Amino acid sequence: MTTTTERAVGQPHRRVEGPDKVTGAARYAAEYQVGDDLAYGWVVQSPVARGTLTAVAVDPLVEADDVLAVLWHGNAPRLGKADDPELAVLQNDRISYRGQAVALVVARTLEAAREAAASLQLAIDAEPHDTVLRADHPDLYTPEKVNPDFPSESSTGDVDAAFAGAAVRVDVTYRTPALHNSPMEPHATTALWAGDDLVLYDSNQHPPGIAATVGALFDLPAARVHVITEHVGGGFGSKGTARPNAVLAAMGAKVTGRPVRLALPRQALFSMVGHRTPTIQQIRLGATADGKLTAVDHQAVGHTSRLFEFAEQTAVSTRHMYEAPAVRTGHRLARLDMPTPRWMRAPGEAPGMLALECAMDELAGSLELDPVELRVRNTGFDSYRKCLGLGADRFGWHDRDPRPRRRREGDWWIGTGVAGATYPAMIQPSSARARRQPDGDVEVSIAAADLGTGARTVLTQIAADALGLPYDRVRVRIGDSTLPQASVAGGSSGTASWGWAVTGACRALRESGGLDEATFDSTALVEKLNQEGKHAFGAHFAEVRVDAVTGEVRVSRLYGMYAAGRILNPRTARSQFIGGMIMGMGMALHEESVLDPAMGTWVTHDFAEYHVPVHADVESIEAEWLDDPDEGLNPMGSKGIGEIGIVGSPAAILNAIHHATGIRVRDLPARLDKLLPSL
Amino acid sequence: MKTFTYRTATSLDEGLEPGATFLAGGTNLVDLMKLGVATPDVLVDVTKLPLDEVSDRPDGGLRIGAGVRNSDLAVHPRVRQDYPVLSQALLAGASGQLRNMATTAGNLLQRTRCRYFMDATMPCNKHEPGSGCPAQEGDHRNLAILGGSPSCIATHPSDMAVALTALDAVVQTDRRSLALGDLYVLPGSTPEQETVLSHGELITSVDLPDPRGKSAYRKVRDRASYAFAVGSVAAVLRVDDGTVADVRLAFGAVAPKPWRAYRAEEALRGRPATRSSFLEAADAELAAATPLRDNAYKITLIRNLVASVLEGLA
Repeated sequence: MTTTTERAVGQPHRRVEGPDKVTGAARYAAEYQVGDDLAYGWVVQSPVARGTLTAVAVDPLVEADDVLAVLWHGNAPRLGKADDPELAVLQNDRISYRGQAVALVVARTLEAAREAAASLQLAIDAEPHDTVLRADHPDLYTPEKVNPDFPSESSTGDVDAAFAGAAVRVDVTYRTPALHNSPMEPHATTALWAGDDLVLYDSNQHPPGIAATVGALFDLPAARVHVITEHVGGGFGSKGTARPNAVLAAMGAKVTGRPVRLALPRQALFSMVGHRTPTIQQIRLGATADGKLTAVDHQAVGHTSRLFEFAEQTAVSTRHMYEAPAVRTGHRLARLDMPTPRWMRAPGEAPGMLALECAMDELAGSLELDPVELRVRNTGFDSYRKCLGLGADRFGWHDRDPRPRRRREGDWWIGTGVAGATYPAMIQPSSARARRQPDGDVEVSIAAADLGTGARTVLTQIAADALGLPYDRVRVRIGDSTLPQASVAGGSSGTASWGWAVTGACRALRESGGLDEATFDSTALVEKLNQEGKHAFGAHFAEVRVDAVTGEVRVSRLYGMYAAGRILNPRTARSQFIGGMIMGMGMALHEESVLDPAMGTWVTHDFAEYHVPVHADVESIEAEWLDDPDEGLNPMGSKGIGEIGIVGSPAAILNAIHHATGIRVRDLPARLDKLLPSL
Repeated sequence: MKTFTYRTATSLDEGLEPGATFLAGGTNLVDLMKLGVATPDVLVDVTKLPLDEVSDRPDGGLRIGAGVRNSDLAVHPRVRQDYPVLSQALLAGASGQLRNMATTAGNLLQRTRCRYFMDATMPCNKHEPGSGCPAQEGDHRNLAILGGSPSCIATHPSDMAVALTALDAVVQTDRRSLALGDLYVLPGSTPEQETVLSHGELITSVDLPDPRGKSAYRKVRDRASYAFAVGSVAAVLRVDDGTVADVRLAFGAVAPKPWRAYRAEEALRGRPATRSSFLEAADAELAAATPLRDNAYKITLIRNLVASVLEGLA
């Protein structure tokens, strides 16, 4: 039977699982009912930033019938070798940061677990700690690579000579604070052992990766670990690899012989599961009098932990964003007594482009050149130029008085700003299976994770078109590590990577001449693909108003124009773009993990104190895109869209604040106390 | 979370056992219990007591029952008409859901949101007298510039209480009448003591005198909604012939209690109702400020707010 079917790709389909989520039918990791002997885990976290844990004493009054196990390095089962030392939980006496897991209580009830955890007596030999990142920190070193695998340093041309000889120069330092992903659904695991096999209901971005990593710790091949990740309430990178909750839940289940549920409390998301490093970035730009860049120098400083080196690739996007004869970038790190920083939405690009795009605005000011025009003159990327030009038209940029602090309405200073955006178009190998059902429908399976972005829905659209079937005749199964192997939902690579495998499997089934099942593995094709120099681009525009009485900043308008490949589902794509832009607004104005150096930790650890934008902060927000399919990249012609919205949007807001007030904030977030003294 | 028992209060005079705490809307107390900061043995729910009426008083004032929900009070016709400062302050606080639960007395008695106080793993002289105040050297951007001490620089978080302070509210308990300004005590060397209430003393209502001028509340915070103030001003002003006939001013988020600006009021009475008088008055009050490393901006903020709010009323 052949029917003519409207293409599903490009349609604004609603999320497949939307009704399940809004009715509460969708199950998250800590919600599965797994037998009647479920036990609850509670993590005990270190109260000091550095030291050794010498003993753990249990209050006998508290160790009542309900407490099943109290585990610490003195009695915890030995784990296999961990590539990630953060996962070697309860294996030795070292304390490497405040908030590190030092013990686990498992009890029959959550209340009993919490109460016992609170009463544990930890004997700790505390040592002086060092938690403050400084540009002149004596321990700064140059890492060999920065995330994920870039050279730490780059250099073309003679930057020092070009800078010294430039007609116009900008030399500025921008600082961004530590930031925390803190997704709505906390990191959570329900673990049970089925014989020697391990089952994990776990909230993560990569079920097969979790299976392999946790399996190795318990000396199991990945195939013996079954990770179920049906729904995920956000991750923003912090669930990209296994986190201690998965290991601790599995350990607790092994010791007690019961299923164990472990959901981290909100506060623990601000210590145990990763963050974005604070950065200190020096940018030097040199240009000719007519606005051609001659020198670009971007040197970034960040921190990592004592346990593990994670080097944010802060300056990497500066290597390609603009054309200049002399470009130099570098990264240095200090190992501090802090948790390990990790991926957080657009690692590298988000903080790096803040500095670069604000510095470009400063350069435009020095040149008395329109900041859109400055960017147009210095990019070699046609799609970026188009985003700037069309975005400026759509935003209404052209009647702008370039002079700062000119427009006032009542108590409000008003200004506009622009910044560029870029994100690499990445693709990773994946596999998928398409299986014909007795009723003619097709089930497509892949071990991907949908973080709430609409991945399941978009894969259904891709599959329907590849099969030549109506959208509602295709069912996509994801979120299970036993399905054909999928790459991580990270680096904005999910849809491109999984969609390729899904397309391959569906085409194979369609062309199989009547087989019931076909599989496809994209590894060989992806490895042959040259991904070098493939990027999505965008331009962000912001209008802000700043209250002259109070210094309060409001973003009246935030606009993004993107060239990001073929847009597969305009509804879910818009959510991705504006979600990134709102997170960028938070980075510009609200988000800050506030460090107390004496206590050796951040003192912001809930949403009352770690501010993100609320609805009232988002007044007018719009995302549009060019029709920009890149057919050479993958069968869908798509590029990733999950992260580009946070790249540059903070800079557009900071630049607009400067235009409104004449005040240049170089230390995020741009809160009223930084503006008020100069208003 | 510590195990506790719960009972419902059925009459005003049944008293409170040792280790017990009154529970009203629970929007702050229950959070603190989850965090291990508050550890009562017994919760005595007072929301079934007949304390949820707003009634006119013979002198033209208003009696607000201790159990009246913030959302109901904010839209009460007399509050909106005669005490707009109070309605504005209530609506500037928390979220719709929280205001539906929070009560008048509970709002007055809510605890500071100082980040050290809210974390049971931190030293804090309110948790454990003598354990120290890390905020002095650490994070104090949103802590007190007035009325603090080396033991404590916590700020009182309420918006409503700032408005009530400017309205000369009187607190009625089951034992006595107290000017609202006398309910709170400054931390000194005993920051664990926050009010003059005895154990088991129950606030039954808050009384407002008859309305005495135009009034307004302005709150400044770090985002557009759903955040505690970094500075706020409540003002009641009466101007005759361009001269300040009467004024009441209170500041929020700058002191361990809603800060009645008596010095500013004194400096303003009988003076021309002009911006320069307003700024001078603000300066008279703020001269006593003792800012720390990161909270001196509050002086500028309050100064600007005083002038702006009073100009709006004059």
